[in-house]
Amino acid sequence: MATGHGLSLTAVSQLSWRNLWRNQRRTIIMLLAIAVGVWAMIFMTALMRGMVDQMIEDGIDALPGYVQLHHPDYRDDPNVENSLPPPGPELLVALGSPPVEAWARRVKVPAMASSERNNRAVMLLGVDPQPEIAVGFDPSSIVAGRFLEGPNDPGLVVGRKLLERLETDLGKRIVIMSQGPNNSIADRGFRIVGVFEGKLSAQEENLVYAAIGTTQELLGMGEQISEIAVKGGDYRDASALYAWVEQAAGGQYEVLPWTKLDTYLGLMLGVMDGFVLVWVVVIFMALSFGLVNTLMMAVFERVREFGLMQALGMKPASILYQVLLEALMLLILGLLLGNVMAVASIMPLRDGIDLSIVAEGIEMMGASSTLYPALKPKDLVMANTVVIVLGILTSLLPAWRASRYRPVEAIAKT
Amino acid sequence: MAWRNLWRHSRRTWLTVTAMVFSNVLLVFMIALQFGTYDMMIENTLKAFSGHLQVQAEGYQDNPKLRTSIPAVTALVDELQRALPEAEVAGRAAAFALASSEQRSFGIQLIGAQPGVEPHVSSIPNLVRRGRYLERDDVAEIVLGSVMARNLKADVGSEITLLGSGRDGSFAAGIVTVVGVFESGSSDMDRSFAEVPLAWFQDTFTMGDHGNSIAIALGDLAEVPAAVQSAKSVIGPREGLVVVDWNTLHPGLRQAIQADLSSGWFMYGVLIILVAFSVLNTQLMSVMERTREFGVISALGIRPRRLAALVLLETALMALIGLALGLCLGWLVSLYFSINGFSYPGMEEVAARYSLPGAMYPSITVGTMLLGPIVVFGFCLLAALYPALRLYRLRPVAAMRAA
Repeated sequence: MATGHGLSLTAVSQLSWRNLWRNQRRTIIMLLAIAVGVWAMIFMTALMRGMVDQMIEDGIDALPGYVQLHHPDYRDDPNVENSLPPPGPELLVALGSPPVEAWARRVKVPAMASSERNNRAVMLLGVDPQPEIAVGFDPSSIVAGRFLEGPNDPGLVVGRKLLERLETDLGKRIVIMSQGPNNSIADRGFRIVGVFEGKLSAQEENLVYAAIGTTQELLGMGEQISEIAVKGGDYRDASALYAWVEQAAGGQYEVLPWTKLDTYLGLMLGVMDGFVLVWVVVIFMALSFGLVNTLMMAVFERVREFGLMQALGMKPASILYQVLLEALMLLILGLLLGNVMAVASIMPLRDGIDLSIVAEGIEMMGASSTLYPALKPKDLVMANTVVIVLGILTSLLPAWRASRYRPVEAIAKT
Repeated sequence: MAWRNLWRHSRRTWLTVTAMVFSNVLLVFMIALQFGTYDMMIENTLKAFSGHLQVQAEGYQDNPKLRTSIPAVTALVDELQRALPEAEVAGRAAAFALASSEQRSFGIQLIGAQPGVEPHVSSIPNLVRRGRYLERDDVAEIVLGSVMARNLKADVGSEITLLGSGRDGSFAAGIVTVVGVFESGSSDMDRSFAEVPLAWFQDTFTMGDHGNSIAIALGDLAEVPAAVQSAKSVIGPREGLVVVDWNTLHPGLRQAIQADLSSGWFMYGVLIILVAFSVLNTQLMSVMERTREFGVISALGIRPRRLAALVLLETALMALIGLALGLCLGWLVSLYFSINGFSYPGMEEVAARYSLPGAMYPSITVGTMLLGPIVVFGFCLLAALYPALRLYRLRPVAAMRAA
């Protein structure tokens, strides 16, 4: 110990550590409080993240693609007349190289599907099967029959719900009616060759898949298409992909990233980040009262000691550090415990939580009924940083008070 | 005595009370906001079109088909209206049809509605932005959603050809004139919904006097069970008809609320537990530092039960201050937002998805105000039990010797 200088760091931390365990019961209760708070922060965040991530991923798969190209009027008026020519050589080159991983041409027009018993308004998708799977269609969602094979397959793939609504079955024929060029009615009978199960019931009820060539022939649109869907990289940051496609596309296309195509989905990403921060800070505030209280008590009952230490030549700064270190140790122990608890409780849930009892309600929000918690390093770091930084800040008050006692008065105090 | 004990360490007491106030304000406001949003979700959804309950043919709810119909629908509407004088009753028929204007064709959901009564049941007739809603003497007129009108490139005065299949499976076709365009704010409805007079619908789709549903709108959700009973007694003798309430009409609505509530309960639970820890620590400290004092008192012959009661009373007083302050502040915050509306950036777009307006209004009722604070109060007392029970193990002599 050197008088006149501050105590060495090891000495101060030893003091802090011992002080922390002077009143074990109090320290353990506070530790538990911090651990429960941190656990709740991380656990809840992982659940919410999991839900929103899945919602966004399902939404993007349904779009599909991270970036889409349309005729400038198509999105306002999804009509066969607002179609695009097939991609030119320059765009083809761009679509064939990174960051593009997959792309698909599609025809997408509103239509009527009629069986002999019922009819429904649907969205007719003319797709190229292989690229369609690459940009988002999940072949394992086919529950009966098969998906389309090749761009001129004469068959039709419909959702399970639509099949029920139309009271028809696999192998039967239904009539698809849509608007051809010059507002003529184009219709054609299709045999149902496959049935898919959508992640959202709206898809099951509304989408019918036909091969792109067959659809173009039905609608008399030649080689024209409605949209080009492009996928590549991480969906969270589609800006590079967007810039790449946009620059190659030229002015005749409207090029949009998914955040603009589905503003609800795009918004969810931002709202979620905000929610996580608010949640973490609210929990911390609830914790902070207990933290300050515990430290205050610890300081208060040691007033005499602090006075004695100062009288023996310890600098106020050393006392400040000592109390801060005590708080830091408490926080770190609590964080460790909380993180371990969070990871331990999330791990068994990795295979998903079944929410089918409230499936229809969750579907209103656009999510599906199995929830996979997503433990993101980003969120872990944020929760821990908030607790440490704000924790040290709130500990400053008791620590500062501890260092401000005047030796003589403090010793005199009983 | 309990009161004086509290203020021995006023800073500590205030900190604990502040923790309670913080969580109480948060709970009061959040719960009021949640319930306010739910009320609005339910009301908006039901008022838009479905009504609070419906009379339907059996099986129509699960599989809505033109053929699953109610015979003599207008007569039944009148009968129901007489039985439920406070309610608004409207009969409807519904089918999918292909609508074609000069330039465009789309599949739409076509509703046959009774022009006279429909505006009392559904909010759509009141949201007509251009032209007017259907009137009693209209014959072949149609009201469309705004997106549909844009897509069809049609407006008031345009003619629309409707194609579909009739109740008997025959080919149904007719020409109607657009008299109004509505804008409901729900993109699904604005894109795919259109209404024609019920009589024209019945003629065109070979329905005779049949309809598909009778919607009944009430003043308040609480009146639903009674209305279901009276509707049941009216349809009593008729076979194959059922009464369905809003829960069955919108299974997603209640579940969405449940899902949201359960995540809410989790958050509130954590908050309450953290406050309870804080109380536990404070009371434990205050008991331990008074070990000597308690020793002396119990040596004087006061029973541990009374000492424990004292500690609990101290906690109760503290929690009461927290409750009162938290309730007042929480009520003020809720009141402010119930007048001005609560909103955050981006909420408008999210809310539009549920056809909600861009701001939320907390619902201030005794229940939403008191629920949170009372649970906090209960948990605080619970947390004080441990320090209080410790007093039973107090050995007077040893306690007096303690430093």
